[in-house]
Amino acid sequence: MTQQAPGAPDRGFHYIPNTDDDRAEMLRAVGAASVDELFHDIPAVLRNPPLNIPGPLSELDLKRELQSMADSNLNLATSVSFLGGGAYNHFSPSIVRAIISRGEFLTAYTPYQPEVSQGTLQVTYDFQTMVCSLFGMEVSDAGMYDGASAVAEAALMACRVTGRGEVAVLDTVSPSYQQVVRAYTQGQGIDVKEIDVSSAGVSDETACVIVQYPNFFGYLDDLAGLEKLAHDKGALLVVSANPVAMGLLKPPGEYGADIVTGEGQPLGIPPSYGGPYLGLFTTRQSRIRQMPGRIAGRTVDSEGRTGYVLTLSTREQHIRRERATSNICTNEALMTLAATVYMAALGKAGLRHVAELSYHKAHYAASLIEKIPGFTFPIDAPFFNEFTVACPVPPGEINGQLLEHNIIGGLDVSDRVPNGMLLCVTEMNSRRDIEDLASALAGGAA
Amino acid sequence: MTPRNEGMDRRTLMERSVPGRIGANLPDLDVPRQPALDAALLRDELRMPEVTEPEIVRYFTLLSHLNFSIDTNFYPLGSCTMKYNPKVNDEMAFLPGFAALHPHQPPETVQGGLKLLHTLQGYLAEITGMKGVGMASLAGAQGEFCGMLMIRARLIDRGETQRDTVAIPDSAHGTNPASAAMAGFQVVTIPSDSRGNMDLEALNAVADSRLAGVMITQPNTLGLFDANIVELCDTVHRAGGLVYGDGANMNALLGRAKPADMGFDVVHLNLHKTFTTPHGGGGPGAGPVCVTEELVPYLPSPVVMRSGDDGRETFSLEDPERSIGRVSGFHGNFGVLVRAYTYIRTMGNTGLTEVSGNAVLNANYLLQRLRDTYHLPYDRRCMHEVVLSARDQKARGARGLDIAKRLLDYGFHAPTMYFPLIVEETLMIEPTETESRETLDSFVDAMKAIDREVSEDPDLVTGAPHTTPVSRLDEARAARQPDLRG
Repeated sequence: MTQQAPGAPDRGFHYIPNTDDDRAEMLRAVGAASVDELFHDIPAVLRNPPLNIPGPLSELDLKRELQSMADSNLNLATSVSFLGGGAYNHFSPSIVRAIISRGEFLTAYTPYQPEVSQGTLQVTYDFQTMVCSLFGMEVSDAGMYDGASAVAEAALMACRVTGRGEVAVLDTVSPSYQQVVRAYTQGQGIDVKEIDVSSAGVSDETACVIVQYPNFFGYLDDLAGLEKLAHDKGALLVVSANPVAMGLLKPPGEYGADIVTGEGQPLGIPPSYGGPYLGLFTTRQSRIRQMPGRIAGRTVDSEGRTGYVLTLSTREQHIRRERATSNICTNEALMTLAATVYMAALGKAGLRHVAELSYHKAHYAASLIEKIPGFTFPIDAPFFNEFTVACPVPPGEINGQLLEHNIIGGLDVSDRVPNGMLLCVTEMNSRRDIEDLASALAGGAA
Repeated sequence: MTPRNEGMDRRTLMERSVPGRIGANLPDLDVPRQPALDAALLRDELRMPEVTEPEIVRYFTLLSHLNFSIDTNFYPLGSCTMKYNPKVNDEMAFLPGFAALHPHQPPETVQGGLKLLHTLQGYLAEITGMKGVGMASLAGAQGEFCGMLMIRARLIDRGETQRDTVAIPDSAHGTNPASAAMAGFQVVTIPSDSRGNMDLEALNAVADSRLAGVMITQPNTLGLFDANIVELCDTVHRAGGLVYGDGANMNALLGRAKPADMGFDVVHLNLHKTFTTPHGGGGPGAGPVCVTEELVPYLPSPVVMRSGDDGRETFSLEDPERSIGRVSGFHGNFGVLVRAYTYIRTMGNTGLTEVSGNAVLNANYLLQRLRDTYHLPYDRRCMHEVVLSARDQKARGARGLDIAKRLLDYGFHAPTMYFPLIVEETLMIEPTETESRETLDSFVDAMKAIDREVSEDPDLVTGAPHTTPVSRLDEARAARQPDLRG
């Protein structure tokens, strides 16, 4: 055992039950003289290299270190923020964290043994039910990694379904989503094209048209027109939708979308600097054999009792290997649970109410900013809880000034819209916050 | 025997819905109502459950009781490293200074978070012996995919676009061939030799100008350290290919050997296995990729860089020069990375070495105590997991599946079954270092008792499980008549 400071018990061993006596007896049973001997299949030249990381820490010292790192960040609990752009600050009821912290959910593996995983499996079925309802779609999987990779998987699926090799992404789709689509498709010779709404970039070679709803800049693109654009050429319509907006908006499924994906983070999942989040993935019943990811289904046991299993797994990597619909294995099951608890808690009325709070507050903010000289609205279209303003000076300068008021301003999108700032308003922003933002912008622009 | 939770109300959330109920207490609108959207843009109805908070809490709590988990059961699922998930990790990840960070916050407002990420990159580089680490990949399979894309990008830059084939041993996890295929490669399968190592001759036969690389799990999924590893890597490198390491089994090697020293060019780690972040019923995970100097420019975006002197350093997110691009919307599964950091700091260099030592000792102890009862297909010391075969029990009428199901009645999660595919009636058992000798002994007793039951009362085994909330489920019906939402 390792050398310790006088009086300190061995660190790390609060997770390792074996005592010296246990080890001695077990080594005797195994017929080895030492633990090191068990590693003798490793060539000697490779064995026991130096490991240059710090020594162990007590839990108390550990917490002090982490608390100090955490405290050095500005965070959304203590600062006012108008950031969106793919991750959203929403209220999450206490029960969400309470349920996802239950060890029976938290420390279970993927439900490969359904007899002892009925909890996770039934939750997944509830989740699939509610996500289909939100998006107006027929089948949902059990969740993907995040909203960005879900879109990329949709692009790959569309190429499999249509046998085509081009993907058309609307220029109003999040730049990072576009990058993920490119990264995912680069090895398969798939051509990714950025198109605009008026573009003739959709052809008989196009596997799908990818749209974000609301789009990256906050606005509602014409889904009915895009549906026609895609389907007239035999391409699929893929829509990445904000699930919270679905409390208010007609869902993409009702416009005839073939695949609807989304970032599930707004459904009660903390922003957590970008992850873990949750990819939502839905499609039509007829396309289910090409869908990536796990799916839970309801069935009966040998005595006729209702139960749930993972099903249609012949699509998946552990069965199909290199011919699988995707390589995805571990997904974001705990985040699926979080979203399920969130959707259950808010329910029919709450999901609509949260969408309305965001909608009215965002429009109130826009109405105040509209009156500030120098700020203009370069995009004239309906929006939900985000909108893009053109600032009189670079957004970076304005955000610097806002930080002095403890306000984290909007996302700088000046690479896409001259002096553009993408502002997001949710139920987390009080009237006071919104008015403070407007005054600060008015002050800064003066 | 009575199943647990007999007679439990299994209605779904939708089936419990009562109009007018709500489970959340939301604020009122505090700004003037704004003009409504065009009615054509609005939805008519939203079908969602209507249930109150106490009903929700009881519903999910009772459902949780239907799960086996590490917190409640020994969970010896091979190659999954189901070890104890420290509670302090979760508490740290939920600190508002971490959980309430927006991914688009200006870097100057998140220096603490970036410092943590940068430090973790350094730890993972040191543990694997590699030069660079990218942490944007969200799970092991995504790490594999990144690794294969990096190999592809590197070969293109070397002007070797004809290299389109990846060699993968027959013992590999299914994600390996699936990831290689997603990255655009052809897969050729390499058999294992009689000792469970990769067959060197078979590898030599494909080590030509079309070989892009090889994907190796070390120790492999038989729980064996491939002692030819240096020669294997040399063979691939001499042929002009690169070597991918699947780090799923890194729990066996912590502090004992480094993938870079063996000759790997890229290796991914499963933080939700080796580094104790909870598996969550199937995620979230995190699959950082650790690479040699040659591949550093190709890492997925972003990576965290440090500039400035000690004490006055600043941290930033950067795109590597020749990056394969982004595979996730932001910077990786930060909450999972915080937990892994917490674990590494807790254990330190000495603790991590004890982890692998005790994990390997526990596996060999099970091997030794079970080898007279269950066939041992590869008769040698194992690493962190032991692969047994139920071939003798099958001859007496019970398959590996039946034995695994019967174990559930004894309160133990089943081992990994029928994988790797090269062993008949496989039972792959990974005890991990966080289980006590008493637990291992109880497991051995159960395995031996089941073996006796196979002879004395085979129906008891083939009809198992008997005490779980449901018995064996009709999977054929689930697939033939899919009922996927309510």
